[in-house]
Formats: sequence, C-alpha cells, structure tokens
Amino acid sequence: MVRKLPAKDVVIVGLGWTGCIMANELTDEGLDVMAIERGPWRDTATDYPPSYAPDELRYRIRHDLFLRPEQTTFTFRNEMSQTALPIRTWGAFMPPNGVGGGGVHWNGETWRFAPSDFVLRTHLTQRYGSRFLPADMTIQDWGVTYAELEPHYDKFEYLCGTCGTAGNLQGRIQEGGNPFEGPRSRPYPNAAQPQPFSHTLFAKAAAELGYKPFPQPSGNMSRAYQNPLGVRLGPCTYCGFCEWFGCGNYAKASPQTTILPTLVRKANFTARDNCEVTRINTDASGKRATGVMFVDTEGNEWEQPAQLVILSAYTIFNVQLLLLSGIGKPYDPIANTGVIGRNFTHQTISDVVSFFDPAKFIFNPFIASGSIGMCIDEFNADNFDHGPHGFVGGGYMGQVQTNGRPIETTPVPPGTPRWGARWKEAVRNNYQSALKPGTGVHGSMYSYRDVYLDLDPTYRDRFGRPLLRVTMDFHENELKQNAFLTDRFAEIFQAMGAQQIVKEYRKGPYDITAYQTTHLCGGAVMGADPNTSAINRYLQSWDVPNLFVMGASGFPQNAGYNPTGTLAALAYWSAAQIRGRYLKAPGPLIDA
Amino acid sequence: MSGVRRRDVLKGTALALVTTTAARAGVVAGQLPWRPDAGSPPAEVSAGSWSFFTPAEAAMVEALADRIVPPDEHTPGGKEAGCAVFIDRQLAGPYGRFEGLYTRPPFIKGSKQQGPQSAQTPADLYRQSLAALDRHCRGAPDGKPFAQLAAVRQDEILQGLESGTVHLESVEGNMFFEALLKDMQQGFFADPIYGGNRDMCAWKMIGFPGTRYDYRDWVSRHNERYPYPPVGIAGRPDWTPKKS
Repeated sequence: MVRKLPAKDVVIVGLGWTGCIMANELTDEGLDVMAIERGPWRDTATDYPPSYAPDELRYRIRHDLFLRPEQTTFTFRNEMSQTALPIRTWGAFMPPNGVGGGGVHWNGETWRFAPSDFVLRTHLTQRYGSRFLPADMTIQDWGVTYAELEPHYDKFEYLCGTCGTAGNLQGRIQEGGNPFEGPRSRPYPNAAQPQPFSHTLFAKAAAELGYKPFPQPSGNMSRAYQNPLGVRLGPCTYCGFCEWFGCGNYAKASPQTTILPTLVRKANFTARDNCEVTRINTDASGKRATGVMFVDTEGNEWEQPAQLVILSAYTIFNVQLLLLSGIGKPYDPIANTGVIGRNFTHQTISDVVSFFDPAKFIFNPFIASGSIGMCIDEFNADNFDHGPHGFVGGGYMGQVQTNGRPIETTPVPPGTPRWGARWKEAVRNNYQSALKPGTGVHGSMYSYRDVYLDLDPTYRDRFGRPLLRVTMDFHENELKQNAFLTDRFAEIFQAMGAQQIVKEYRKGPYDITAYQTTHLCGGAVMGADPNTSAINRYLQSWDVPNLFVMGASGFPQNAGYNPTGTLAALAYWSAAQIRGRYLKAPGPLIDA
Repeated sequence: MSGVRRRDVLKGTALALVTTTAARAGVVAGQLPWRPDAGSPPAEVSAGSWSFFTPAEAAMVEALADRIVPPDEHTPGGKEAGCAVFIDRQLAGPYGRFEGLYTRPPFIKGSKQQGPQSAQTPADLYRQSLAALDRHCRGAPDGKPFAQLAAVRQDEILQGLESGTVHLESVEGNMFFEALLKDMQQGFFADPIYGGNRDMCAWKMIGFPGTRYDYRDWVSRHNERYPYPPVGIAGRPDWTPKKS
C-alpha cells in the first residue's frame, strides 16, 4: 500500500551539495521544501569525531561512509560486444551515501573550469578545424558561458571559504596565482594554505622549468572562517585524513559545515533520511512531474507530491532515475538518437611516484590536507597549442599529496619484491623520502558515441529494478593526452632531484577496479538542442519543465579540473533562474 | 504496482558494516538531529582465543605472517605484530562474509577490468585454501605441515602461489595469495585496535605518528624529522596503567 503525504512546493532528491544549495535558495524564496536522502543523516560529532575519524581501515579500506553495493550498484563493460557484469565492490569511483553526499568525503579541491571549456566544440573547431577532432567524439558546448557562471562560482567559494591565490582579478593577471584561470570578480575569501616541504620543492622546480605554479584552490581552511550564512568553519590541522573521511575539525567545506546548520532551522524545510526515491511520477501527459515515490527502511512505500522536483543525486543515479521514470528519450548509440545516458565521461588521471635520497629528504607525508598542493595549469584545457600533438584536452598537474596513511601510501622502488624482508626494508627506507601525489595528472575525458549509460538487461537491485549499465573505455585521444602530460609531470620531479621515477601512465582498457576519482560526468547533459541534451542551459528538463536536474550529470564532457566548483555554480545559476523567472510563470524557460 | 519487494528491502537495511547502529528512516525538521553520545566508535579487538581460525589454521597463518612480514632487528614480524589476529577477527566479521557487497547472481567470470566476480566469501576462501595448502605440504616428500617447514621452503611455496607455479587442489592458489598479501599488510599497518600493528610497531618502523590529527605547528617546518611517537585510536600503551 502506498501512503500519500501532503503535497509540498518542492521535493529534492538527494541532499548533497546541490540538494542543499537548492533547498537553501528555494526556502529563502518562501517555498515549502522536502528533501529525501537515501543514506543517513551525518554530522561531525556523531559520524567522524576526531577521536575515531582517523581510521584508515574503516573509512578508506572498508568504505564506511559510502553507499553499500548491496543497496545498489552498476554493471560495467568496456565495449558494447561484452556482457556487462556487476561492480560487486567499489573500485574506479566511490558513490556517496548520506546527507552531505560527496561533500562529506571529498578532498575540497575547488576549481573553476576554463572559459573555453564551456564552448568547447566551437572553440576547438575555430582554432584547429573540425577535422582535428575524432569523428566519434561527441563534445558539445554547454549553452552557458564562464561569464554567466562567474557570480555563482564566487558565491560558492564564499560559502565554502575557499583558500587560494587569485590568478586573474577582473582581467588583471596576479603574481602567484593561476594565470590561465578565467577572470574572477574578487579574490578568494581566504589565503592559500601553507605548503609542506615536498609541495614547495615542486613549485620551485616547476618555476625553474618556466611554469607558473600556484596553490591548489582548497576547501580546507587556512584559518577559521564565518560564511555569509553565519556558519563557522575551523582551521585545518593538516591531519592527513581528508578524502574518503569526514573532517573532525569542521575544517573541510561540506554541506554540514556551510549550509545545513542554517537550512535545518528553517520552518519551511524538512528532510527525510534513509529513504530511497524509486521514481519520479509524471501525469498522464508525461509532461509534468507530480512528485516522487520513495521507500523507507521498513519497506513502506510513500508518495510525496510536489509542484517542483529537483533531482540532485550523484551523477549516475540521476541518469538511472530518469530512465526508470521514463523521462526523456533513452540514448541509442547505434541509431545515435535519444539523450538519457549520452555523453557519459569520467576523468583521465595518472601519477608519478618518485624516490629521493633518504639521507637528504624528510617529507613527513602524513602532514597534509585534502586539497593542499602546488599545481601548474600550462597543459590544461586549451592553454597550449594542441596542433603538433594530435590530441585535444588536458589537465592540471601538481604535487597534491594528501596523505601518508600507511596502508595506502608506502611506495617502494621498482624491482622491490611485494613481500618479505626486502619489501619491509624498502618500506622503512622510503616512507619519508618517496612522493606519491593523490591525483598528480588530472586530465579531461571527452565524450564519445560509444561511452554511455543504459539499463542492464540482467542484474537488478534489491527492489527488483534494473541496475544501470556502464559502457566505458578510453579512446586514443585521452591516452595520447595522458602520455604527454605524464611525461611533463615526471620532468618536474626529475628537476626536484629524484633518484628514481616511476611513471604510472593511464592505459586502456578502462579498469573498474582502479580508483580514478569520483568525477563521473554526463548522461543527462545540458545544451541548446533538445536532440543532443536532456536539460536546457538552466538545468531544466526539456521534456518535463517542472523537473530540474542538478550535478555533473549535466556536463556534456569532463574538463581537466575537479567538478565540484562547477556543479555548485550551476546549482546557484539554476536556482537564480527558478527564483527570478520560473516561479513567476512556471513552464519552459526556453522554448524547445 | 511498484515492484518493490518488502522482504528485500528489509534485507537491505542491515547495512552496518563496522558500525553497530542500524539505519532507520527518520524525519529531520526544525533543528539538527542531535543526540548526546550518538556516535559509533569502533569496537576494540579483544585478545585471546581465535574467533575464526582453528588452532591448526592459526599456526599456518602465523607462519605465513612471519614470511610476508619477517621479523628483523628493528621491528617484530607479522606474527608478533598480530597480523594473524587481525585477519582472524576480520574473517569472523562483516569482511569475511561479503557484508554490504553486491552478491546477487549470476556469477560470471569476466575480464580483469570488470573486477572480481567470485561467489566465494573471504571466509570460505581462507578456509578452503588453508586446507588445500595443508594437503599440499603434507603431500610433499618431507610431509611436514607448513608451519614446521624451514623459512626457505615456506618462501618457495609463497613464491609459487604468487607466480602461479604452485597449484593447490580445488582452490585458486593465486587468488588466495593476493588476499593473504593484502590482508596481512593491512593488518600490519591498520590501527592497533583491529588486532595487528601491536604497540604500533609498524607505525614506529616508518615514522607515521598515527592519529595525532594536528600538525599546524609542523606544516611549515621543512625537512625536519617529526619527533613525537605515534598515537592510536585507543591512545598509547603508556597511557594505560599496567594491570598488576
């Protein structure tokens, strides 16, 4: 029996970064908002207090803060000719779970995408000609520009207290910042964090090679900070337990440390936790969402009617819910029709592990924060001439070493046995003098016709619903990009004086067991044309105008930066349109 | 008709992996859902008898622990560090039974890139592989159990399992080796509350300060050895009064 709840103005599916941003903006507008979250409520004092937050086994190895594959997972294959098999334990990416979503366990790397990223196809075609792009590459413009998003990037950075050094203030290049970034209207709210030894060595070597190193924009606080909502964050203590962990110091920007304490006190906001939305309901016309169905932990099924539905789950779950709800035309890679599941991407990352003279270098790798690091951006986006190289895209690279946790970060030189006395000795001798950046080379992944999402024909979740099927492999463009970037990265470690360097190139086929960031993108992309996008430039569904889809599922392809800054800016951009225009005249904000 | 099956939903609610508090749906409005002492700290592994291994299995795993992490003049070996205790308690707990993982059939062997597809839980893998290893050793000319073999001979067997040249009857020896290596090294480096890394011996070996959590006064001190000894979740042995 389905129990029907009283109608709300807004129902929000998923209470992570974008769900919280939307909830806060729409409650400010006076709307009655209900947020439904699949996982538990989480808070610092109960879920990751400093007394037991630094537990590598529990959080990093056993995935305590993440979704359980038993709840739901995906199937995976490299090519359409293969049978997809279920991801039985997480590997390549980590689906978040619970209030705060990925904002709880991220590193806090808070980048803006490059202005050219938003007009990618237009820009690359103009500079290199359309024949420079592979025939099956399906990149497209976003329908929104950097200039339009700038105020919203700014708003998110001031919400989070982002720490960094501006590189471009209103068009004027600033010493010490990223000279390639788009113009920002004002400086970061907080100064960059101080850098540990190895990061300063990297910056020195990079500068000597002619690059412009700068501190990575960080959501780990360089000082205590009170944000515009009146919520306070504490200073980061460089504990070295950031990504995969919650912060016990209230020092990592997360929904818990920036929005929720204010949001939850509003009389027109309610959240339900441990409740999983199973579909978005539409009326007989299929053109109007009437609310959502969800199931609680007792197995009771509920209907939550609402005037406006905000879909703000993790990338891949947004796509799954759209497919299961019959909203939008499913993508067919053979016919090249449909949009839901199209232009799915991840990230092209690689690393360089380097070994220095133990008698001369003590790096103390355990002194770190999640997004501490010195980076260069010379090889990102279209910051360099791709003409001679035969690929497009790029990434930032940096000594971004986030931890010295010993299960994960005890590198040994090549040729060392994997166990026994020589292994043990190599671990002891190299722990303090080896460097292993978290994601050293952080490259873009562009979209292709045969990389996509659809529903699996065989495997089902605990509700009997089909799992989402991932078909994904690296294409030559990305592998060439990675080889070029990894070589440049290694040159910097060479210049730092490393005795031995191991280049861990990203190689195909795409491996679902190897962690490669949680930056899944696309599958319900934004754009100007309903034939190639699921949502318009305001994140509004082309098919169901009272449904807005947040998050990285809207990225038409992935850039060489971490996605959180951009997906948060898009949420503010969309919220501003809902508040300013949609609520006055509910309906399509753009005529299809 | 939603197709949602109540029994399956209930099965899916037993999600606590390390934590003991079962998740229940709730409504949050008006204030943060604060309850004092509502955390879920980890349970400290108790010393004493084996939870999963038989005494004979335990002797084998302790011998294996001392080959994977051999004792040396600086640091104890895997046996003394408690690596076998760690694996024992892990196999007796959620890890040993695939708790929280996706275990629905069909189980089909796929490509390496598609990840593990075995229906065999870690607990079953260890039980069957240790029995097969024991048969392998007893079937050899000297006929001794693994724990009584010379270290050189033990290393040869481990190397053979690693490279795939030693075959065990009815189990995948290489799969067992990979699990053993991973679990042993995790036990060596994990917080001592889980049974391994006794007295933080692995952390002392490399100079990892454990759970100190605050290095604000050290982040800008470059190329200097951090001087303070490690601390674990349960503190340090010298914080706890010795029992008489």
